[in-house]
Amino acid sequence: MRLSTEDDSQYWAAAVQRVSGVVLALFLPVHFWVLGLALEEEQALDGFFRWADQPSVKIAEAGLVVLLAVHLMGGVRLLMIELLPWRDWQKRLVSVSGAFAAAAGVAFLVNAF
Amino acid sequence: MGRRDSVNDTLEVSIWRGGDDGRFQAYRVPRRECPTVLDVVTWVQRNVAPTLAYRFACRVGMCGSCAMTINGRPRWTCRTHVSKVARGGKLRIGPLSNLPVIRDLACDMTPFFEKWQAAKGRFVPAEPGRSGFAPISPASPRRQEIDAAIECINCGVCYAACDVVADNPDYLGPAALNRAWTLVEDERDGGNRERLAAIARAGGCGSCHTNQRCTALCPVGLNPTASIAGLKRTVLGALLRGAL
Amino acid sequence: MKDRAEIILWAGHRLSALLLAPLVLIHLATMIIAIQGGLSAEEVLSRTKGSVLWAGFYGVFVVAASVHGAIGLRTVVQEKLAWRGGSLDFATAAVCAGLIYLGLRAVAGVVT
Repeated sequence: MRLSTEDDSQYWAAAVQRVSGVVLALFLPVHFWVLGLALEEEQALDGFFRWADQPSVKIAEAGLVVLLAVHLMGGVRLLMIELLPWRDWQKRLVSVSGAFAAAAGVAFLVNAF
Repeated sequence: MGRRDSVNDTLEVSIWRGGDDGRFQAYRVPRRECPTVLDVVTWVQRNVAPTLAYRFACRVGMCGSCAMTINGRPRWTCRTHVSKVARGGKLRIGPLSNLPVIRDLACDMTPFFEKWQAAKGRFVPAEPGRSGFAPISPASPRRQEIDAAIECINCGVCYAACDVVADNPDYLGPAALNRAWTLVEDERDGGNRERLAAIARAGGCGSCHTNQRCTALCPVGLNPTASIAGLKRTVLGALLRGAL
Repeated sequence: MKDRAEIILWAGHRLSALLLAPLVLIHLATMIIAIQGGLSAEEVLSRTKGSVLWAGFYGVFVVAASVHGAIGLRTVVQEKLAWRGGSLDFATAAVCAGLIYLGLRAVAGVVT
């Protein structure tokens, strides 16, 4: 009889949380800098938006949306584990996070193209 | 059974020899004579390598002494069937990770127990002069909270499994924090002031990233992640009340 | 105080997360709606300029995200690069301050 669950899903969820967090943290200053272009003139910001209108950039942006969504839901899952009494269905939140992130990415892509 | 590896096969086993700077050595072991990984290690020591150092005691999955790293995962070797882990007839056996190696498969558990003490995993009576038993109702919520956690037998599997233990030398680890939680929730204990301060320091409960390798691999079915979450809530509450 | 520094950072990371959760949800929805029909500076700025609501929303968002990100990065760097001590703490504070500066500057850019 084996009492260990051997459930690796939580481990991979934690890895995704960490990687998505690092990528988003590195993206953040770039994001702020781009929006700061609005301080110059509208043309500067518009120039960026025009450059970003290509399919490859939109797909990259969708990727960032997916990362943000997965980090959000993964974070909510962690906050529930840490701040609420233990509940066994917290495990299901891993798949809910994945589904939510995928849905957000799809919604973004559909609207972007 | 339709398996490719029949019970007449030979196992290709790699076993760690030497200290921290040792290396894996290959052995061929008759599968038929070794249903569990502990049997494999015992066979090698008795028939091929008399100087092989390893630990075991009960052989029946109760004491936790035989914990080793099997194909990268910490397990109790007496409770690990070769058929479940030897893919393609291969096995890799090493000492528990995250602990210094004494020799071969025997690791030094000293740092594990030093962290146990550092987490204040020692009972401090709230009423030292009391005579008679302090009754705890089995149905009381706080007792229910730690019902599983008190069964820890300090085998070290969770400590070996934890990435944070590997990356952060200060981290007290799942077992020490689990033990601290059992005392935090013990109504008879009066040492929480020092204990909460001890597990709020660098390497305390805040270092746990909830990746739950401890819970996935605990051979007794415990949930150190839940215990550490309990500590986090307790410490946060104390911090916000200014009681830390 | 030094003994409590780690748990205070942990608490700051979790409390900023609690604050960020609804903000990020709103931000995701905003992005998905805004990207419809392409983005233009005129379209974005016409909504944000002079808006106290957007200023407040994004102002809080910037500070929370900067604190959360800086503390998170500090943990990853400590564990994976084995960088510890006062120099890391200084770098963390610098990253946090830098993000807050760039972020509030961007908020000012779209709101004024």
